[in-house]
Amino acid sequence: MISRHPPVGDFADDFDHTDPAWVNDPYPIWADLRQRCPVAHSERYGGAWLPVTHDLVSEVAYDHEHFTSRSVVVSERRPGPEDLPAPIGLAPPISSDPPYHGLVRRMLLPAFTPKPTAALEPFTRDLCRELLKATDGRGAFDASLEYAQHIPVRVIVKYLGFPQEDADLFRGFIRLVLEEVDLPQEEREERFAEVDEYMDAQIEDHRARPRDDLTSFLLEAEIGGQKLPVEHIRGTMTLLMIAGIDTTWSAIGASLWHLAQHPGDRSRLASEPALMDTALEEFLRAYAPVTMARLVAKDFDFHGHPFKEGDWLLLPFPAANRDPAAFENPDLVQLDRARNRHAAFGLGRHRCLGSNLARMELRIALEEWLARYPDFELSDPAAVTWSAGQVRGPRRLPVTILGRSG
Amino acid sequence: MTHATFRVHVDPDKCQGHNRCYSVSPDLFELDDLGMSSEVGGGLVPAGQLSLARLAVANCPELAISLTEVTQAAEATQ
Repeated sequence: MISRHPPVGDFADDFDHTDPAWVNDPYPIWADLRQRCPVAHSERYGGAWLPVTHDLVSEVAYDHEHFTSRSVVVSERRPGPEDLPAPIGLAPPISSDPPYHGLVRRMLLPAFTPKPTAALEPFTRDLCRELLKATDGRGAFDASLEYAQHIPVRVIVKYLGFPQEDADLFRGFIRLVLEEVDLPQEEREERFAEVDEYMDAQIEDHRARPRDDLTSFLLEAEIGGQKLPVEHIRGTMTLLMIAGIDTTWSAIGASLWHLAQHPGDRSRLASEPALMDTALEEFLRAYAPVTMARLVAKDFDFHGHPFKEGDWLLLPFPAANRDPAAFENPDLVQLDRARNRHAAFGLGRHRCLGSNLARMELRIALEEWLARYPDFELSDPAAVTWSAGQVRGPRRLPVTILGRSG
Repeated sequence: MTHATFRVHVDPDKCQGHNRCYSVSPDLFELDDLGMSSEVGGGLVPAGQLSLARLAVANCPELAISLTEVTQAAEATQ
């Protein structure tokens, strides 16, 4: 995308995660900052900080005294008095702080353990096969637009119990929330209202006709013997929809992007299916899509930096995963990396709720792809584009199929 | 004569349910309804599973798993 902001001069004191240099290849930027800072600052977005080492990222993730999750997407606007106050926030529990956060999380966790996730596996596998079948007989197509993008959206739409034909609608919402963070605030708010309207209609429909899905689960859920207020349900549904789609799309796309350029890894993975367990974790480490954010909760000194209440802090788990102090040869993708404490799903209380679901989707998406197309390459490396903002993955990924199986 | 045995333990205050330990060594760990992990039984690592226990430790993002050597006096000699 074309940034609406002026170009960045020095990322150490003027960083911007929508800058084209960051969007195209953030790793050298983080490596440089790790040497020079390792906490960068920017006056953009009304003031923001960026720690880039694994140690500092962990420290922030575990610190609920000095940082709040009330908003986790850096934009021109901070949460105001008209928003749901802490500790609930706009999209509980991602926007909630402890101790309230723990109550909401405990309510949701049973729906995201390996067991219910495994129940979605057959649907996911059929879906992957169906998407691949649609590419039959074509020597080249876009692996992001025609494959990766559709998998998580249709899985979460199924789990929420929304009509499958609404899948397309969601991608617009997600772009708005995650990528178009530099749009004028008025336009953002107008479009957020559309998301709320859609969710309200779904809630009404599920109230009238309860069924066995995540939306009905939320309508029945109680915290402290009380049903959840409608804003809470809407916020959590929006969160599950948004958090479940862009992120996994990015992980699938980035893994295919890597495989398209590494014939050795491709053939190894196709011929040694047992390697998938470590390979999947390695893709998640090296190409972790999600950077989170916090707001500074009170003035304090963070390793010599004067953090002020209300400052943004970008929490780049992908940068933590490339820290040489935490990982041997961090920029090298090793499919059999056995020791891999990566933080792709975050650290601490806010660990990604859907990590089991994401792993299942990524594994099946790669298994099915390699079963059908064990050999492929980028059609034009320069034609690959990456999403801007806090979720990073390929959005255009033209590939050429080199061999066919079956 | 002594022989070394090992015990794994998941710190419930640190575990956040990443499920990495369960994934790499499913015989040593079990998950509760919330997806949080704990060691199976008393956490004693059966012979032949030590490398899997080490793998679990090396893959826990929260550093929640400990592996300690328990040195036991052997049974009275033959």
